[in-house]
Amino acid sequence: MSKTLRLEIVTPEAKTYSEDVDMVTLPGVQGEMGIYPMHVPLMTQVAAGEIAVRKDGKNHFLAIGEGFVEITGDHVSIMTDMAIKADDIDEAKAEEARQRAVDRLQQKLTDEEVASVNAALLHSLTQLNVKRRRRV
Amino acid sequence: MPSTRDIRRRIKSVKNTAQITKAMQMVAASKMRKAQQAALSGRPYVVLMNSVLGQVSAQAGDFSHPLIEKRTIKKRALIVISSDKGLAGALNSNLLREVAKTDPNTTVYIAAGRKGAQFLSRTKRNLAGEFTYKDAPQFSEARAISKFAQDLFLKGDVDQVDIAFTNYINTLTQKPETRTLMPIGEIKALDADLQSDNADSKLSTSSVEYLFEPSASSVLGALLPHYLNYQVYQVLLEAKASEHSARMVAMKNATDNAKQLIKDLTLDYNKIRQASITKELLEITSAAMSMG
Repeated sequence: MSKTLRLEIVTPEAKTYSEDVDMVTLPGVQGEMGIYPMHVPLMTQVAAGEIAVRKDGKNHFLAIGEGFVEITGDHVSIMTDMAIKADDIDEAKAEEARQRAVDRLQQKLTDEEVASVNAALLHSLTQLNVKRRRRV
Repeated sequence: MPSTRDIRRRIKSVKNTAQITKAMQMVAASKMRKAQQAALSGRPYVVLMNSVLGQVSAQAGDFSHPLIEKRTIKKRALIVISSDKGLAGALNSNLLREVAKTDPNTTVYIAAGRKGAQFLSRTKRNLAGEFTYKDAPQFSEARAISKFAQDLFLKGDVDQVDIAFTNYINTLTQKPETRTLMPIGEIKALDADLQSDNADSKLSTSSVEYLFEPSASSVLGALLPHYLNYQVYQVLLEAKASEHSARMVAMKNATDNAKQLIKDLTLDYNKIRQASITKELLEITSAAMSMG
């Protein structure tokens, strides 16, 4: 019986995260859920938000975009379009990106621009939320 | 007969050209490797996507979704993935010849890449949207294109969405190809490798019984847009790899031609030089003989 979970986070561009952890908390579409080892096999969607990872008694945090997760007894695989560790988030950059997205939404945009700006906005907001919550 | 100085000047200018084409060849080669690398680094994502797809489509049973629904085709959308820059041999002209065959009255076009956009506006076709993508395609760029096309399809503006791009077969061969994106026919396993042909890959299902939250069909429904996004991303990578390898080959040919030209010119130059030396010698000896 395994005592740890293997957490893997993959994006189309790279495998962002791959480590053995004790517990994972995910932002599921129907509310937050905590996954311990020996969880029943489950597939579900995740919303954009924050993942908390407990490893060796310490909590680590990551910001992820929306995606899907496959859970087995010893595996948690998250497939998403964005994943970034809380420590790697550059708050100034994310804030700047958010501001830029908000500004652009004020202008007259075509449909295709709105779509991409909205996606960018969601990413920067998620990053900011994760970063700011860590400080208070 | 050209003077030796003219020939020297030409050799110099051809040499400069050869240097530039050689440099472009090197740059294209390294960019091509990067595009292949990018495709490979997406492999874990593809593996996971395939496993989730296999599970949910097996469990979802009788499933219907607006993205799968077949309608009578009154209007089509065609996404044209071309390159931004030329100097890549016949790459863009081959692709655009395929695009030119489509009926402009029943087709709306979505351009990605400047060459395609220029062609479509020059031939006065109905351009619905124009996108750009970088030398190293980002997933977000693919998502923007895919989202736009999905919106057109779901609103009912178009009944089918095709994508035209240059398929990367290997370094020497690239083939223009048109694939149907929407409606999604059979859900096929994705493949991260650019060179392999993924026409008949099947989804595998493991024996583990999964639970689904909220339900298999709703997970599948949410997964389909992502499946399309990834397909567009992969097409962008294919197109980029094709562009760079086509450019690499074109520039290699140009460099070889320039080298051949330099060789021929050098031969001419030496001939002329020798001829003038012989002439001078003749003049000197005949002058000496007439003096004596």
